[in-house]
Amino acid sequence: MAASATLTVNGQVRSVSDPEGKSLLSALRDDLGLVGTHYGCGEGQCGACTVLVDGKPVRSCLLEVGQVEGKSITSVEGLATNDGLHPLQAAFLEEDALQCGYCTSGMIMSGVALLARHASPTRAQIVHAMEGNICRCGTYTRIIAAVERAATIGRERSNG
Amino acid sequence: MAEPHEVIADTIEVERYELLQAPLYRFDQSRRSFLKLMGAGMAILLVAQDVLAQESGSGGPPTSIDTDRIGAWLHIGPEGAVTVCTGKVEVGQNIRTSLAQAVADELHLALDGIAMIMGDTDLVPFDRGTFGSLSTPAMAPQLRRAGAAAREWLLDLGAESLAVERTALQTIDGRVVHARSGRSLGYGELTEGRQLSRTIDASTVLTATGQWTVAGRSAPKVNGRDFVTGTHRYPSDITRPGLLVGRVLRPPSFGAELITLDDGQARGLPGVAVVRDGNFVGVTAPSEPMADRALAALSAEWRQQASPVSAATLFEHLRATAVSDHLYADEGDVDTALASATHVHAQTYNIDFIAHTPLEPRAAVAEWSAGAVTVWTGTQRPFGVRAELSRAFDLPEEQVRVIMPDAGSGYGGKHTGEAAIEAARLAQATGHPVRVVWTRAEEFTWAYFRPGGVIDIRSGTDAGGSLVAWEHRNINSGGSGIRMGYNVPNQRIEFLRADSPLRQGSYRGLASVANIFARETHMDELAHLRGEDPLAFRLRHLADDRMAAVFAAAAERLGWASRHKIAGRGFGIAGGTEKGGYVATCAEVEVDGTTGKVRVVRAVAAFECGAIVNPLQLRNQIEGSMVQGLGGALFERIGFAQGRIDTASFARYRVPRFSDVPELDVVLVDRPDLPSAGAGETPICGIAPAIGNAIFDATGIRLRSLPLAPRGLKV
Repeated sequence: MAASATLTVNGQVRSVSDPEGKSLLSALRDDLGLVGTHYGCGEGQCGACTVLVDGKPVRSCLLEVGQVEGKSITSVEGLATNDGLHPLQAAFLEEDALQCGYCTSGMIMSGVALLARHASPTRAQIVHAMEGNICRCGTYTRIIAAVERAATIGRERSNG
Repeated sequence: MAEPHEVIADTIEVERYELLQAPLYRFDQSRRSFLKLMGAGMAILLVAQDVLAQESGSGGPPTSIDTDRIGAWLHIGPEGAVTVCTGKVEVGQNIRTSLAQAVADELHLALDGIAMIMGDTDLVPFDRGTFGSLSTPAMAPQLRRAGAAAREWLLDLGAESLAVERTALQTIDGRVVHARSGRSLGYGELTEGRQLSRTIDASTVLTATGQWTVAGRSAPKVNGRDFVTGTHRYPSDITRPGLLVGRVLRPPSFGAELITLDDGQARGLPGVAVVRDGNFVGVTAPSEPMADRALAALSAEWRQQASPVSAATLFEHLRATAVSDHLYADEGDVDTALASATHVHAQTYNIDFIAHTPLEPRAAVAEWSAGAVTVWTGTQRPFGVRAELSRAFDLPEEQVRVIMPDAGSGYGGKHTGEAAIEAARLAQATGHPVRVVWTRAEEFTWAYFRPGGVIDIRSGTDAGGSLVAWEHRNINSGGSGIRMGYNVPNQRIEFLRADSPLRQGSYRGLASVANIFARETHMDELAHLRGEDPLAFRLRHLADDRMAAVFAAAAERLGWASRHKIAGRGFGIAGGTEKGGYVATCAEVEVDGTTGKVRVVRAVAAFECGAIVNPLQLRNQIEGSMVQGLGGALFERIGFAQGRIDTASFARYRVPRFSDVPELDVVLVDRPDLPSAGAGETPICGIAPAIGNAIFDATGIRLRSLPLAPRGLKV
C-alpha cells in the first residue's frame, strides 16, 4: 500500500500517512485532528463513530482508509456553515438532547442521514434508523424530539 | 491495586464501595499558582464547611488558613470576568451549569458571565470527588457563599469609590449602581488593578430560594454548542506534541501472573517501544494501528489462577462467604413478632453484577516535564487520581497535576485512575507524552462493576394486614437505601459483606437500586397476598409526607385509580428515598403471550429533591435515570466464568436502545422551602421494582432477580 492516501473530508482533500490497516476513525482523529468523531466500541455496535460516506451513515471504526478513498466523507465538524448550525445541531440544543454529549456527534450524523432520506420521518422510522446508536445517559426521547424538530425546521426552510 | 474500604458515617451515607481515601499530604502549591494565574482582581477563598464544623467555638473567620481548608475559589478579573474554581467535575449531570447558576444568582450576573474551572488539581481546591449526589447540597451553597461575599465586598468598594452610602447601592448585571445619581462602576473596575484577596467563612448570608433569579429556572447546558459541533475536547481527545499511542497487555484471566514475555517481534516494529515493569507490560507506537500490531506481536506465558466462582454460582458463593458487617436498625423484637404474626412472608432477591459502560471508556494522556507529570483523564475523583499517581511514582503531590476535561459520563464508574497510571508509566519510560484509551473490552473487563448481591426479606403482618415485623439482610450489595421506609415496630436491617469474585465499586444510586427493588417487590407481594391495592397498602404504612407526596403525584399522573388493564398488560408502582431525594415510579408493561418479550410501554416518575435548581436538567436526569435503570431492571447482566468476562462487548451485553424506551412522563415536585438535594442518582431507584410489579400484574409471574427478564419471560 502507498505511504499515504488522500481523503475528501468535509469538502477538503486531505492526506493520511501510513494508511495500511488504519481505520477511518483513527485517520479522522489522529491524522486530521477531527476528534468530534468518537471511539465507543470499535465493533460497530454503539454508533459513536458515525460519519457520512457519500451521504450514507457508516461506522468509521470498521472502515479502513483504503475503502473510502475517492468518496466524500462528512464528519460532525462539517455540518455547521457560515449560516450557522445545521438544523439538527440546533434542535439538539433546543431539546436539550444530550447529557455527557459523547454520543451526540454520532447521533447527529445518523439523524442527518435519516433526514436526507425522509424529510418527515415517523417515530418508528427514527427509532429504526437510530437503533444502532447508544446513548448511555438515556436521552433517547429527547433525541427523537430533536430529529422531529429538525424535520419541521427543514420543511419550513424548503417551503419558505 | 487494592481498593481501600472506608465507612463514612455522614448525613448522606457514602457507602463502603466509594473507594474513598484521603490524600496523605496537601501542599500549598495550588493556592500560589491559582493567585499567580489570576493576577489582579478580587479573589474570594471560602473555608470549607466541615473544617468550620470541627473548629466550632473559635468564633469568626480564621485569620490564617491552609490551602486544604479552602472549599472554593472565586475570582473577578480587572475586566469583570468571573471565574469559579471547584473540584467537582462534569460527567453529563450538568453540574457545570447548575453551579454557575448558583454563583450568577449571588453576583447578580447573567449565567454566561461565569466561567467554571473544574477538576484541575493545580487550580481548584481539594475535593473528595463527584459522587454521592453531594455537588448540589454541599458545593452549590459553598459557591453561593463565595459569590455573596464577593458581592458584599464589591458594595463596600463601590461605596468607597463613589463616596456614597453603601445602602444606596445595588448590584445589577455586573455593575455596582448608584441609582440616585445614575453613576455606576463595573465589578472589574472596582478592583482598580489591585490584587485583593479575602478569606470568608460559612456565616455569609445567602439569597433566599424565593429570591433566586437565575437558579430555579431552566438553563440549557452552558457549553452545549461545543458538544453539537464536535469542538468539545474529551479526555480521549487531548493531544500533545510528539504524542504516542499506548496499549497495555492484559492477562487472559483475573489474577493471572506473567511467567515469560517474548517481545522481540514487537520491538522490531517501527517506532515501537515495549515497557515492562513488574507485572505491567505496555507498548507505545506512533499510531493506533501500529500500537495494536505491537500488542498482538507480544508473546506472553501466564500462570492462571482464576476463582472457580462463575455467574452461575455467584449467589451461593456470596451467601457462603457472608459475614455480618453493619446493623442499620435493630428495633423491637423481630423474632418474637414474626412468631406471633398472622402471616409471615419470606423471600430472596438476587442481584447480578452490571457494568457502567460509560460511552467514553477510561482514557488518559500523560506528559512528564522536569520530573513532574501532568495527566488529562476522565475521572470523578481528580484528587484521588493525583494521590494514586503520587503513590505509584513515589512523587510528592505537587509534582502531579490531574486535569479532568468534561468527560463522556461516569455513573459512579470512574472513581479510579488505572488509565492515568498506565499512560504515566509509558510516558515516563519513553520520554514522550502517551495516550491510553481503553478498548470497550478492557472497559467491560478491567474496570469495576456494580456489586451483585443476595437480599433476604422476612416480613410479618397482623390480622388487619399491618406490618409488625421486617427483617432485611443484604449480602454484598451495600447499605444505601437499606433502611425501612415504612412503619413497622419490629425491624432488623443488616448488611453482610462477602467475598466478591469480581472487582466492584460505586454505581449510580449505589445499593439503593438493589435494596429498594427487594423491599418494593416484597411490599407488592404482601399487597397482592391480601388482595389490597399496592398503592393503598404502601400509603397506610407511610409516615413520611415527602414519600407519600411523590407516590400520590406519580399515581395521579399515571391515572392509577382509574387504570384500565388490557390483556397482556399490567401496571406497577414502587418508590423510595435516598440521598435526600424522593422518587415514586409507575410502569405499564406489555408481555407478548407468544414470545414472552417484555416491553415497557409507559413509565411515570415523580421526584422531589427540595428546591429545584434547574427544571430542564432535572427532568433530563430523571428521564436518563429511568432509561439507564430500565437496562439493569430487564436485561443487563455481567456473565463470567473462569476469571473471564463473557459479556465484554455491546453485542453480548445489552444496554437500552431507542426501541427499548417507553413513553416517559416526569412529574417534578418542587419544595422551595427545603434545601436542594442532588438528583443524578435517586431517580434510578424506582424503575426496576415498578417494572417487576407490573410484570406480575400482567402475568401473575413474580420475578425476584435483577435483571428480571434478560431473555424475555417463559410463558
